[in-house]
Amino acid sequence: MKYEVIMAGEQTLTEKILSRAAGKAVTPNDIVEISVDLIGFHDLTGFHVIEVIESVGYKYIPNPEKLVIAFDHLVPPPDVRSAEIQKLVRELARKSKVLNFHDVGDGILHQLLLEKYVEPGQVVVGADSHTSTAGALGAFAQGMGATDVAAALLTGKTWVSVPQSFKVVLKGVPKKWVTGKDVALEILREFKADYFNGMSLEFYVEKSSEFPMDYRATVSNMGIEFNADSTLFVPDAETYSYLKNERGVECKMISPDKNASYVDEHVIDLKDVDLLVAAPYSVDNVKGVREVEGMEVDMVFIGSCTNGRLSDLEIAAKMMKGRKVRSRCVVIPASRKVFNKALELGYIQTLVSAGCVVTFSTCGPCIGGHFGVAGPDEVILSTSNRNFKGRMGSPNSKTFLVGPSVAAASAVLGKVSEPGELQ
Amino acid sequence: MIVSGRVIKLGDKIDTDLIIPAKHLKYTDPQYLAQHVLEPLDPEFHKKASKGVVLIAGKLFGMGSSREQAAIALKAAGVKAVLAESFARIFFRNAVNNGLPVMSCSKITEFVVDGDYISVNLSTGEVSLPEKGINLKCKELPEVVIKILSSGGLIEYLKGVK
Repeated sequence: MKYEVIMAGEQTLTEKILSRAAGKAVTPNDIVEISVDLIGFHDLTGFHVIEVIESVGYKYIPNPEKLVIAFDHLVPPPDVRSAEIQKLVRELARKSKVLNFHDVGDGILHQLLLEKYVEPGQVVVGADSHTSTAGALGAFAQGMGATDVAAALLTGKTWVSVPQSFKVVLKGVPKKWVTGKDVALEILREFKADYFNGMSLEFYVEKSSEFPMDYRATVSNMGIEFNADSTLFVPDAETYSYLKNERGVECKMISPDKNASYVDEHVIDLKDVDLLVAAPYSVDNVKGVREVEGMEVDMVFIGSCTNGRLSDLEIAAKMMKGRKVRSRCVVIPASRKVFNKALELGYIQTLVSAGCVVTFSTCGPCIGGHFGVAGPDEVILSTSNRNFKGRMGSPNSKTFLVGPSVAAASAVLGKVSEPGELQ
Repeated sequence: MIVSGRVIKLGDKIDTDLIIPAKHLKYTDPQYLAQHVLEPLDPEFHKKASKGVVLIAGKLFGMGSSREQAAIALKAAGVKAVLAESFARIFFRNAVNNGLPVMSCSKITEFVVDGDYISVNLSTGEVSLPEKGINLKCKELPEVVIKILSSGGLIEYLKGVK
């Protein structure tokens, strides 16, 4: 990426990235055209993006070098139409020479973007709302619809309304079993789902290693549930070491200016964050786990682009070691890399021995698609990101969103439980 | 640009899983999608909307997924415009890109009930409820957005510009 020096006052990370991408200094509420560094789509939105591209007369996907495709929503295809959609996207990707193409089983788009492609300071757009996940590495990342993503592919550009930046400071050390999910839910509890509409959240982590990349990915993933325009973690030592150790790359770091001005600031002391749950049918209907403790659980889902990472599986394996699950439990690592590492570390064996159904990366259960759809009146405990009515299956099912420790402990005991009850 | 019609009023946080459940996303045909719009909320919605209605909603209309079928389905079912107290960013863009008029209108739910007749001038932001003698001022749409809506969506607009 080429950085030109943009003359501007002190800028937030968001303003810095957007100024670079716009080629001029931007301020909040400006509507500007920006260049896009990375574009992503998956099978379920990809065919729609392609329909739009073809409707303007293109026979190939333009700008293939900027594009990452990952099949994850209809994986493996549960019906003929799903297979047909994948065939269409796969063949056009091949003809268009899309090199960053991930077929069935490689992983969920948002996880693959972190594992292989995103760099701090980039502009990332994707045909999926949870593209916000890429903000974990300090990128400005937005989900968009098929037409906007097609337009980004056709022109290499998109437009944004420059959001106001809001600063969130994470200080201290989280309590045992509290992870990124609880922090995301704490933000929803405090601010509700509409407060950050039109704002960009910038997270400053005071002790970088106490809030590792997996946690950051969960929070950025849920950024769209805060309805934030984008959710970025200011790149720090953790960002640097993740990129170096996991990817073998040394990226140029980018920081907000010291005296950048934010619309407001909120400090979260991690030691005060409890284990939380979002009750149906809204992500901001947040309660302490204790408030719903003891409720019987029909199915537990541990996985998704929110919480299908190695640390999530590690926690689940710790909870389940030498135990059996009483609730049906589906576990889905977010990528092949995560799956292989979890195999190597014995987590998968532990989860299988405990009675979980463990499968390769797919979004199936999260969208009520396949591999664990909720039946009428069933209670689901899920580590995914949405509990809207009907999201995971029957409109009469009830999904409670939780972090991995509560999900796994509850699976073992067959009812909503804090991890402490296992010991 | 003026649209008018009878009102169907919805609440806050109408998410895209409600507007069009994921099981319908393997298709983009507007007529198919229209049959299933807002199905989890009211399986008969598409019949009620078929003569042309204006949706009034509270906060964060269209929050959730980026599925463009949400905007396509509403428009094809007969929704002429959505006026909401606020919109989720992705849905707002999808609506404009597909030629579905959308306008932010704070406190609109306080003045409007189901069945009211409403007239909306998208270019000026003027909203009137003639039967009640109420006139409101909402946030007008920028000229380029009006042009995109008049063309029927972003792609049609860009074809026209060429």
